[in-house]
Amino acid sequence: MLSFTVLGGAFFRTQVLQNAQYTLQSENNRLREVPLPGARAIIYDRKGEIIAENLPGYSVSILSPTEDSLRSALTTLGKVIPIDQAQQELAVRRFRRAPQRPAVIFNDASFQVVSVLEERRVEFPGLIIQSSPKRYYPDGAAMAALVGYTGEISEAQLALPRYDGYKAGQQIGRQGLEQQYEALLRGKEGRRFVEVDARNRVVRDNGVRPEEQPEAPPPLRTNLDLDLQRFIHEYFGDSLRGGVVAMDPQTGGVLAMYSAPTYDINRFIGGVPVKYYQSLLDDPHTPLFNRALKGTYAPASTWKLATAIIGLQRGLVTMDTHMPQACTGSYYYGRVFKCWDKNGHGDISLAQAIAKSCDVYFYQLGLKIGLRNLIAGGVSLGFRDSTRIDLPDEKRPRWPESVKYFDAKYGPRGWNASVVLSLSIGQADNAQTPLTMARFYSALATDGAAPTPQIVAQPVERTQIVNLPPDKLQGLQLALADVVTRGTAAGAQIQGLTIAGKTGTAQNPPHPDNAWFVGYAPADKPQIVVAVILEEGLHGTAAAKIATKLMERFLKKKLTLVAVTND
Amino acid sequence: MALRRQGIDYPLLLIALLLTAFGIAMVFSAGQTDVPSKTISLLWRRQTAWFAVALVASWAVMRGSVRLIEWSAWPLYLLSCGLLVLVLFVGTGAGTAASVKGWLTIGGVRVGQPAELAKLATTLMLARVLAAQRDVPRSLLELWRPLVVVGIPWMLVMAQPDLGTGIVFIAICFAMLFWSGVPWPLLLMLASPGISLILAFSTGIWGAWFLILVALVLWSRTYLREGVALLLTNVAMGVVAPLLWDTLKPYQQRRLLVFLDPSLDVLASGYQVTQSKVAIGSGGLFGKGFTLGSQKRLQFLPERHTDFIFSVVGEELGFIGVSIALALFLAFFLRSTRVATRANDAFPSLVAFGLVSALFIHVIVNVGMTLNLMPVTGIPLPFFTYGGSFLLVSWIGVGVLLRISAEGRGQPDAIGL
Repeated sequence: MLSFTVLGGAFFRTQVLQNAQYTLQSENNRLREVPLPGARAIIYDRKGEIIAENLPGYSVSILSPTEDSLRSALTTLGKVIPIDQAQQELAVRRFRRAPQRPAVIFNDASFQVVSVLEERRVEFPGLIIQSSPKRYYPDGAAMAALVGYTGEISEAQLALPRYDGYKAGQQIGRQGLEQQYEALLRGKEGRRFVEVDARNRVVRDNGVRPEEQPEAPPPLRTNLDLDLQRFIHEYFGDSLRGGVVAMDPQTGGVLAMYSAPTYDINRFIGGVPVKYYQSLLDDPHTPLFNRALKGTYAPASTWKLATAIIGLQRGLVTMDTHMPQACTGSYYYGRVFKCWDKNGHGDISLAQAIAKSCDVYFYQLGLKIGLRNLIAGGVSLGFRDSTRIDLPDEKRPRWPESVKYFDAKYGPRGWNASVVLSLSIGQADNAQTPLTMARFYSALATDGAAPTPQIVAQPVERTQIVNLPPDKLQGLQLALADVVTRGTAAGAQIQGLTIAGKTGTAQNPPHPDNAWFVGYAPADKPQIVVAVILEEGLHGTAAAKIATKLMERFLKKKLTLVAVTND
Repeated sequence: MALRRQGIDYPLLLIALLLTAFGIAMVFSAGQTDVPSKTISLLWRRQTAWFAVALVASWAVMRGSVRLIEWSAWPLYLLSCGLLVLVLFVGTGAGTAASVKGWLTIGGVRVGQPAELAKLATTLMLARVLAAQRDVPRSLLELWRPLVVVGIPWMLVMAQPDLGTGIVFIAICFAMLFWSGVPWPLLLMLASPGISLILAFSTGIWGAWFLILVALVLWSRTYLREGVALLLTNVAMGVVAPLLWDTLKPYQQRRLLVFLDPSLDVLASGYQVTQSKVAIGSGGLFGKGFTLGSQKRLQFLPERHTDFIFSVVGEELGFIGVSIALALFLAFFLRSTRVATRANDAFPSLVAFGLVSALFIHVIVNVGMTLNLMPVTGIPLPFFTYGGSFLLVSWIGVGVLLRISAEGRGQPDAIGL
């Protein structure tokens, strides 16, 4: 009698009082959540052209109660469709990370595989085939330096607090915009439920519980101009190497960003084929190296403007100031420092020196400023700072912090004051990326404030780096326009459109010189700043041609051109 | 007193029939799974066929007399002991108890488990021995006869090794000793080595128990030698317990450990109990509906038609169904106990009580097991669990009870049923 009371009580407790808890457990037993991957947000350029979109694709996954049964299922599957050893191991690893979720075998199964499996579905209990959007970049090669790609989240990433809400097997953005704007781009995963039995065989597929549809977030609009990207891509072709950054000098909106040689970023989606990746790694021209964002090069003559600004800011010179010594093709300071033109430029003003890019003038200006002040000036012009562009892994440019830098690097006696000569013409311990040069010229093109480059439009952020009265700044701008109309970049002049800018030829021993051009257009009302580096481009004029074509392409559609005269 | 023939004990018969019908329905339901298994889904038919055989056997027993039953005790006892010895050599395992050689197989067909027959035979034999005893035993030594009667089949069963059935034999033994009038201190002393064995895992508790035992020995004025021997046995048990633990088969150890904490082993031994509790708990008040239990349909619940059939009751018929089943069992036991109290002689009374206690321990252990109140020992649930020989023996037991009831005294009893 007593025993029965105890038993009855125990059943009452279990069935009536703890019913909710056990009902939940029983539901968890029989229901398996099958994730429905959500499409990532579409990425548009400034005109609504598609940079990144999603194509329909299929994923194949399998529910297994144990690792052993997964392995045996994979072996059986392997007799019907090809699954290599690596894929099998990957599926097993995915299973270990999340045994309750279906282990993905193919993230992107071909239609052929899907149709074969659908036909023989009955033989594989637990097999789940479902649509799974696949990322696609219509201009993959032109955009490789920017967009990044998507791939399965790694174990290391899962452990990071940044990826708290993520589950094993989900796709995340890798590099570029995909990584930077992961939070905005990530699709909301939906889910459906299948009923399984104790051996994880799918018993009922549909209607066990209402589905939750995946949701795609609103599209991401960027400042990029896909047309420009394509244009640069075509121009660089297979032979040229280098990097390009084009941006709006007012807002910092990045119009184009390109690194050559490029590669097909589409092949990286969901895991790059090892062979292809190895071929990219083995390429002596390092296509995976993003020159626009990470390539640092001696800015050479393009940096002379900085020397000029520092001189002007300190009141040491005006645009009309002449230097004590006229240019005879070389300058003696402890040793002979050559001007690029061995015939010499004669006795010229600062404005002319900028137009002719006279080294001898800038040597003397540098000496006048002094090493300490030149370095401090470079620091305040932002040559030590990265641009804080909205892309991951930007490379910080190189510029000494103070004189101590030289002591540390070469030893207290390992260098002498002549280093100021090299620095004043943009050589020696100065290495800038196309991005930092574009920022500097943006400040130059406008009111002396440098905008933070942004690919996705955000509130404009400008930092005053050039502190000159408007008339002095304008004098500089006029001298710069003269470079293109008359000076070293004369070949790049486009009729009816005046460009302000500066070429640069940076020594790159033992290789041929690197060619720079940084400039903006139209000269009087700048709308686009372009920085181009051509590796082994020999002379800056080659880079100037690219920049000019690019500006033309951008501006022709936008405004009637205004000619600026500088006589 | 002259025999006054009474009619059949209809209430008892009715309850037993209801229980069996309930049981066959559950065996049917247990066979209904989403991925059908042909053998299991048709087991209810075989169970029904066995039921027909069992009814005939039961009827035959009922037509006999208590004298005949008493006479048959010896041959049955010898036969079952012989069979138990036989299965040790030629027995086969089955189901959860695959490593237990409990089945007698003839020509590839499993005929039955001799242990089931042995339960009945031992009960009869024990009743005979105890009924022959004139005086109430005063010392443990005087209990040697019944102990030998139970000891032989018990050891044979334990050698299979079938721990669950072994427990049943011990339960039968104690219940019948109690019924025959053995005083409780003596029973406690008899049980003391076993209790020592269990309590030895905690030295403190064992020490406390030992003090109680010493007090008991002194108080009941046991013979000196016997008392000393008893205490020494207890000490010895306390010492050998850990050694004995090592001799248990790993799966037996695991079952006992998992009983203490099912979460220890959620995927193996503990899995059964966990799933059983989930099944029962998710049944709620009214259950998921006959044949509709998801735990059962999707085969999360193990041994649905045998050991854990009561979990199916819990899942599909809910607390209401469980209450009805338990109420039927309770009614059955009360009615059978009434038969024992009203038997006209010591032998039938002991037999009736022995049968009741045997079935009772089955029900308590099996039902308790589904909720993890008892360890998983593989003891079947009378009238429910699929299995021919057990159903047959259960119904022969019912037949014996009906016979005894028919020959019993007609006076109203205290319980009033």
